[in-house]
Amino acid sequence: MPFSADVAFPPSHKSPSAETRLTLTAHKKPPDSNRRRIPLPWPLSIYQSAVGKKWVMAITGIALLGFVLAHMIGNLHIYEGPIETHEYAEALRDLGGDVVPRTWLLWAMRSGLIFAFVLHIHSAFSLTRLSRAADERYRGGRNYIAANYASRTMRWTGPIVGLFLVYHLADLTWGHFNPDYVRGDPYHNVSASLSNLPVAIWYIVANVALAVHIYHGAWSIFQSLGINSPRFNRLRRGFAGLFSAVILVGNLSFPVLTQAGVIDDGGDSRVGEASSAPANLVSQTALAEQPVE
Amino acid sequence: MSAGAEPLSLRLKVWRQDDEGSDGRFEKYDLAGISADASFLEMLDLLNERLTLEGKEPVAFESDCREGICGTCGLMINGRAHGPQQGTATCQLHMRQFSDSAEITVEPWRAAAFPVIRDLVVDRSAFDEIITAGGYISINTGAAPDANLTPIPKEAAEASFDAAACIGCGACVAACPNSAAQLFTSAKLQHLNLLPQGQAERWARTEAMVEKMEEYFGSCTNHGECSVACPKDISIDFIAWTNRDYIKAKFNNRKLLGGR
Ligand code: HEM
Ligand code: SF4
Ligand code: FES
Repeated sequence: MPFSADVAFPPSHKSPSAETRLTLTAHKKPPDSNRRRIPLPWPLSIYQSAVGKKWVMAITGIALLGFVLAHMIGNLHIYEGPIETHEYAEALRDLGGDVVPRTWLLWAMRSGLIFAFVLHIHSAFSLTRLSRAADERYRGGRNYIAANYASRTMRWTGPIVGLFLVYHLADLTWGHFNPDYVRGDPYHNVSASLSNLPVAIWYIVANVALAVHIYHGAWSIFQSLGINSPRFNRLRRGFAGLFSAVILVGNLSFPVLTQAGVIDDGGDSRVGEASSAPANLVSQTALAEQPVE
Repeated sequence: MSAGAEPLSLRLKVWRQDDEGSDGRFEKYDLAGISADASFLEMLDLLNERLTLEGKEPVAFESDCREGICGTCGLMINGRAHGPQQGTATCQLHMRQFSDSAEITVEPWRAAAFPVIRDLVVDRSAFDEIITAGGYISINTGAAPDANLTPIPKEAAEASFDAAACIGCGACVAACPNSAAQLFTSAKLQHLNLLPQGQAERWARTEAMVEKMEEYFGSCTNHGECSVACPKDISIDFIAWTNRDYIKAKFNNRKLLGGR
């Protein structure tokens, strides 16, 4: 249909004429027509769209990848011994040393991470709901060709990692599960927790889930953010594979080598900084039972 | 290679459904003597001929061009959109792709936005809604311009042409575990967004079409299932470009159109 010169500019993309609308949608309404109920002001409106949520998921995903990598590398201090591990933990609290009060920078980073996790999980749930509403089951099944195990299990591996995270914090940060917990002695706590076989297995399962999540996620980021160029597109899969492999090997080494007896302080905390803490008394008792050297 | 191949005996499991509201079911039909050179739709024609002669209701399915350009014929065949052969529409699929005495399951596209009208026919007008939201260029074209008046880099022209190959068949949605329409929408967006003529309305178009899409379809999780189902082999690179254009549009439209 030729346009006449009186076409308005910008054309009103948003509203096709009532007539067209009627003929096109006479018998159905969008499955998700109620979703955008309260339009928020810019830039929050971006987050109200699915593509915008996917951007947020990717950007928070990058932050989480950075954290996971730094956390894994930092934990390698365990292989230097209890004192060095303790000093590393202290150094984290001392970050920004002369400029800001002690632990402030650490708390700033923790807040950023919590924020990233909340957004990542919220967008994941919201987009999953959208897709569930839009999809219908094939009675004869659907065959998958391109989708891989990792991409199809993101909605399982993500929540597994989330649950593990809560357990992990309760275990090694708050010391809820471990009667032998000594505040300020991460080496001792890791050794005490991971020498317990069921705990080690749970760590292994969760970190395999994390690596599978990253295998799809680290590839997916490029697509979600539209970072696309013939120059590096073919490297994306390799990048994701390498990233998840590095995280997997590093993180699995802790439970595996604790079980193998490499990470082991004989139940004896040598850096109990708060020697009056009740938790420490337990390990003092344990110490008393050790043959005196 | 296939000329003179033995005729096939097949067992078909076809989805039958009277209309959108009613429950559907699979019905089984045994067919014998189907030429390996018949197309999939010709095979269904033979089935319908038989059903008609038996006084039964023929299977409703859609087709028009039967040469892979109109996009009406999409069927889910053994769980794969447009069947086992990559890069072709159902009408271009031939029975030589199946072995003798195979069981073939035929279902309509399934997505909340594609209600079944009858048997294998679905209503894809949600796609029309997306096009109506901005899949056009509203400039007064006037008389035919001189050739080469508007220079277009070869790469841009080719990429645009690749996107323009989309026939709107809906296989991308049908194959997607999220029933996302990202491949269709990005093909329809990028064939215009990549060209000089598409620039004037680029940002308004991008925002309008993406948001219209989201009213009907699910959210892309980058499986890549759409692209292997697509009879035109459209690349998911277009989806990446659309994701970027959408965010740019959210900034530019605020500046230019006062949008939210
Ligand atoms: C440290 C932990 C985590 C890391 C490093 C991580 C990383 C990522 C990355 C990089 C992506 C890809 C983003 C994109 O394509 O735009 C992603 C997607 C996703 N994440 Fe996570 N994530 C983590 C934790 C979680 C948790 C706790 C959940 C729980 C709900 C979750 C659920 C998802 C889902 C559902 C997706 C979308 C999958 C898809 O689009 O295919 N993630 N994640
Ligand atoms: S992108 Fe491909 S699969 Fe999707 S509608 Fe277009 S031609 Fe069909
Ligand atoms: S009938 Fe036209 S594409 Fe198949």
